[in-house]
Amino acid sequence: MTTLSEHILGGRAGDYVDAEVDRAYVHDGTGVLTLEAWKEMGGPALAHPERLSILFDHIVPANNTVTALLQKELREFAKSRGIRFSDIGGGICHQLMGEGEVLPGEVIVGADSHTCTLGAFGAFATGVGATDMAAIWASGTTWFRVPETTGIVISGSLSGASEAKDLALTIIGMLGMDGATYQALEFTGDGAEGLSMEGRLTVSNLSVESGAKTGLFYADRTTQEYLAGFGHFIVPQVRDATGYLREVHIDLGEIEPVVAVPPRVDRVRPVRELAGTPVDQVFVGTCTNGRYDDLRRFATIVRGKKVMVRTIVIPASARVLQRAADTGVLSTILSSGCTIGTPGCGPCLGAHMGVIGEEEVCLSTANRNFTNRMGVGGKIYLSSVSTAAASALKGEITVPEVD
Amino acid sequence: MVVGDDIDTDQIIAGRYLRTKDRQIWAGHVFEDYDPGLVERLRGSVIIAGKNFGCGSSREQAVIALREAGVLAVVAPSFARIFFRNAINIGLPAIEGTCECDDGMDVVVDIDGGFIECNHKKTQIKPLSSKMKEILLAGGLVPLWRSRKL
Repeated sequence: MTTLSEHILGGRAGDYVDAEVDRAYVHDGTGVLTLEAWKEMGGPALAHPERLSILFDHIVPANNTVTALLQKELREFAKSRGIRFSDIGGGICHQLMGEGEVLPGEVIVGADSHTCTLGAFGAFATGVGATDMAAIWASGTTWFRVPETTGIVISGSLSGASEAKDLALTIIGMLGMDGATYQALEFTGDGAEGLSMEGRLTVSNLSVESGAKTGLFYADRTTQEYLAGFGHFIVPQVRDATGYLREVHIDLGEIEPVVAVPPRVDRVRPVRELAGTPVDQVFVGTCTNGRYDDLRRFATIVRGKKVMVRTIVIPASARVLQRAADTGVLSTILSSGCTIGTPGCGPCLGAHMGVIGEEEVCLSTANRNFTNRMGVGGKIYLSSVSTAAASALKGEITVPEVD
Repeated sequence: MVVGDDIDTDQIIAGRYLRTKDRQIWAGHVFEDYDPGLVERLRGSVIIAGKNFGCGSSREQAVIALREAGVLAVVAPSFARIFFRNAINIGLPAIEGTCECDDGMDVVVDIDGGFIECNHKKTQIKPLSSKMKEILLAGGLVPLWRSRKL
C-alpha cells in the first residue's frame, strides 16, 4: 500500500533514496548556471546525454548582447554534446517535455520550479537548482527524501465558466503558500479523472505554489489517449494509496471563477468580488495556461469583439502556435486586437516581452503574482483564461459568462 | 538580520538581474525588492527568517547572492525545498529552527551541537540529514564532487 511517489521512488515517506533520473532538462536561465557548476566540477563526462534536454524559453529571442552570448555558449554546448536542444520559439520547457517526452512512472527532474507540471502524467517530476542539475548531468542520478503525500480528493464536474485554473487556485488558497512544503500532492477522485490532460497540467503546474515537491495524477485512459497522439502506448496506473498524511476534499460543482490577488498566490478571491478593478494589460500564456485548449477557449470568448486593453497572447510552444494557426484560432485572436509573442515564458518572470510599468496592473494567466515580479511597482492578478478573455473585452476584471 | 515570512526568491534576487554570470551583480541587489537598505548590512550576518523562506522560483542565484553578500547562515522555521537544497549545495548553511531575537544581536549557530543561541537563550535546531551534512561539510556539492573524483 503505497502512494504514487513512494511507488515511483521505491521507498517509504521519509526515506532518503538515490534515484535514477529518466529525463533531466534545463532552460536558458538555469542552463547557464548549470553549465558553470559543471565546469567547476571539472567538466566530467555526461552519464546519459540522451536523457538530457536544453530548451530555450525564458528570454526568447535574446533581449540584448549579454543574453545572446550566454545563449550562444549554451547552444553550442548542447550541440557539441549531442543533447536534445530546442532553440528560441520552440516553446516552454515544461510544455515541450509534455509533448510526448515524459511517460507515467518516470523520474523527471528540471532546473525550474514548475517541473511539477509533468506530475500530470503520473511521473515523479520535480524542480532542482543548477548545482544539483550539474551533478545529474554527470551521474545520471540524484537523491530524494521520499515525500509524504496530501491527497486532494476531487468530486463532481466543473460548471459554468469555471475551469481547471480556478480549481488550481482554489486548492492553493486552501493549502496556503507553504501548506504542502516537502510533500507531494495526489489528485484523485472522479473529478480528477474527469479533467482533460491540459486541465491536469494546469493543476499540477500550480502545485509548487503550495510548496509541494510535485503534484501527481494517476495515468488513466485520458493520459493513454493523449500520449497515443505522440506515439506512446502506456499502461494506466492503479491507485493503491492509503498512506496519505491528510485528505482535502473538493467538489468541482462549488468551484467558481477566482483570482489570486497580489502579492500572494494563496490570496484567492471570487472574481465577482474584484469585478470592476481596472487593468492595463492582459497576458494569456505560460506553462500554466498557454496550451491549445487555452487559446481556443480565449478565441471563443473574444470572437467578433475587440479587446479594450493591450492583450498579449503567447502560445506555450511552436506546436501550439502551429495548431492555432491551422484551426483559425490565431486569426480570431488577432482580429480581436490582441498581439502574439514568441512561444516561451513571455513577461511572466519580468525579464522582457511585456513587463509592466510602475502602478500598472496586469491580469495574467500565469502562476506567480509576487511583488515586482513582472516589473517594478506593477501589480499582477492571476486568473483563468476565461476570466482573462472577459476582462480584456471590458478593460477591467470581469466575471466570465457561461457559454 | 531578521526578515519576515514567505520571502520568495524574486524578493531575494529579482528576475531582472539574472541575465549575467557576474555574482557581484547578484550580491549587490540582494533583497532589493524587500528592503533596499538591507544589502549594506549583510556581511558577516546570520539571517533569521520567518516560515517558508525562499519560496517560488528555483533560481540558484538567490542562494549565491546571499553567500556573496556575506551571509553566513540562514535560520528559518521552514524553507521552500528547492531553496533548501540549493543552499546546502553551495555551502550556505540553511538551518531549520526558530530564534527570538532582534536585528543586530549576536547569534551563535552550532550545527554539530544542534542549537542556536541568542539573547542568552538556546533553542534546538532540526538536524540535517547525513547526506546534506556531508555536502555542507565539504563546502558544497561541487567541492564534494571534486574531492571524490580527483
